[in-house]
Amino acid sequence: MSSVLYDAPGPRARRRMLIFSVLGTAVVALLVLFAVLRLKENGVFSARQWEPFTDPGIQRLLFKALWATVKAALVAIALALVLGVLLAAGRLSDHAWVRTPATMFIEFFRAVPLVLLILFLFLGFSDELAFIGRIFGSSGQGAFGPLVVGLMLYNGSVLAEVFRSGVAAVPRGQAEAAYALGMRKNQVMRMILVPQATRIMLPAIVSQCVVALKDTALGFIISYEELLRQGRLIYTNFGNIVPTLFVIAAIYIIMCMALSGLASYLERRLRQRGSRVVALDPAAEMGGGGSAVGEPAELVR
Amino acid sequence: MDVLIDNLPALLRGFRETVELSAIAALVALVLGTLLAAIRVSPVPTLRWAGTFYVNTIRNTPLTLVYAFMAFAVPRLDFQVGPFRAAVLALGLYTAAFICEAIRSGVNAVPVGQAEAARALGLTFTGTLRHVVLAQAFRSVIPPLGSIFIALVKNSAIAEFFAVPEATKVFDDLVRDNPDALYWLFAGVALGYVILVLLISAVFRFLETRLVVLR
Repeated sequence: MSSVLYDAPGPRARRRMLIFSVLGTAVVALLVLFAVLRLKENGVFSARQWEPFTDPGIQRLLFKALWATVKAALVAIALALVLGVLLAAGRLSDHAWVRTPATMFIEFFRAVPLVLLILFLFLGFSDELAFIGRIFGSSGQGAFGPLVVGLMLYNGSVLAEVFRSGVAAVPRGQAEAAYALGMRKNQVMRMILVPQATRIMLPAIVSQCVVALKDTALGFIISYEELLRQGRLIYTNFGNIVPTLFVIAAIYIIMCMALSGLASYLERRLRQRGSRVVALDPAAEMGGGGSAVGEPAELVR
Repeated sequence: MDVLIDNLPALLRGFRETVELSAIAALVALVLGTLLAAIRVSPVPTLRWAGTFYVNTIRNTPLTLVYAFMAFAVPRLDFQVGPFRAAVLALGLYTAAFICEAIRSGVNAVPVGQAEAARALGLTFTGTLRHVVLAQAFRSVIPPLGSIFIALVKNSAIAEFFAVPEATKVFDDLVRDNPDALYWLFAGVALGYVILVLLISAVFRFLETRLVVLR
């Protein structure tokens, strides 16, 4: 589209674009410069503020926090995948008494803020859920369970909808042919639809992993020892809040970008083969809430 | 149940704060997101890169971290922001990146012939964008925008931790005072959020039926 919006530039347009380029760059550069200078004035770039990060003890603390974050994300995603499969199977069921509860479950957990859900689980069930922390050897036993279960309920509900769109995205002739061959619904699902749907929705699943990884930061609110919470230990100790936030942001951005990159690589590869692709819509990517109306995942092509 | 009735004023005040916070943040996000989308399709490479950089950075940062930046790092820029303004900034700046993406995919969904026709009629870049492309893109963008605003309302709950007295904060405080009433309080507050979500989705469904273009 953007190539249609303007012609190949002539001499005058090129001059104008150069002016805009310079102006745009100047504005961006000025904003950055202003922020950097102000931060510098307030001593954010002094060696003393960054020195703690060269300390092996602090680095170990950060690595442990990183592991806690990754562990919560991995466990939550694994559980969410299982829950998502179950919910999607329920939602695609022919029996209303299975379909209706599954639909209500999905809609409820997509409509409630994840923070509220995690807080509720933490305030009411941290003892009951402590066994999850024990199983996975998390030292933050009280907070690990509620965080992981909250993430599981929310992401499982979103993934269920992704799975549903994935199954719906398989060309209809596939299921029809399978039925014509005399397969049962169970066999059609298991042997025909799910294997093809998995490929189609792989990019959306990976994108959802990014969302889950980002949402582990909500563990901060219930004092789970993830990156932000442990960062707080560092900055209350050394008074270097801005550098600490930058370091944590860098860690998150690198991890999430790697995963997002994988998602878009998978999507590109599928598209090149002319296959359909299920992609998350922007609201689902926001995390912490996702969308509650319509589909969290949209069918592209 | 009694806890809900006794504390109804506090809960309503909390939800009013949630609505105010979300509404202002939505406005900020809409303006900034539209600007970002325009920048990302513009012919000026520097601006395009800046827009792409912004969107990619924000999309890969947890919202809690964005809140922390607004609450703790912005004061180091010598801007005094209270908890409410910090929350508006965090939500607005975060959501803008997603609105930008929604608008951009809406722009891409406008048939290329429309832009070609506008160009053929001699409209400039801004003219094409304003009168032809964005005018149509905004309509096809309405359903995703609705979902984004719903997500925004739910994400406003994170402000709880940054000292904004919104609904989740009220829930947190009430539960700490009346631990026995946890279920009722959760049900009440969750119901409040569900009502908000349904209201927004009703508004957007109405807009959709009124504005949608048949192709």
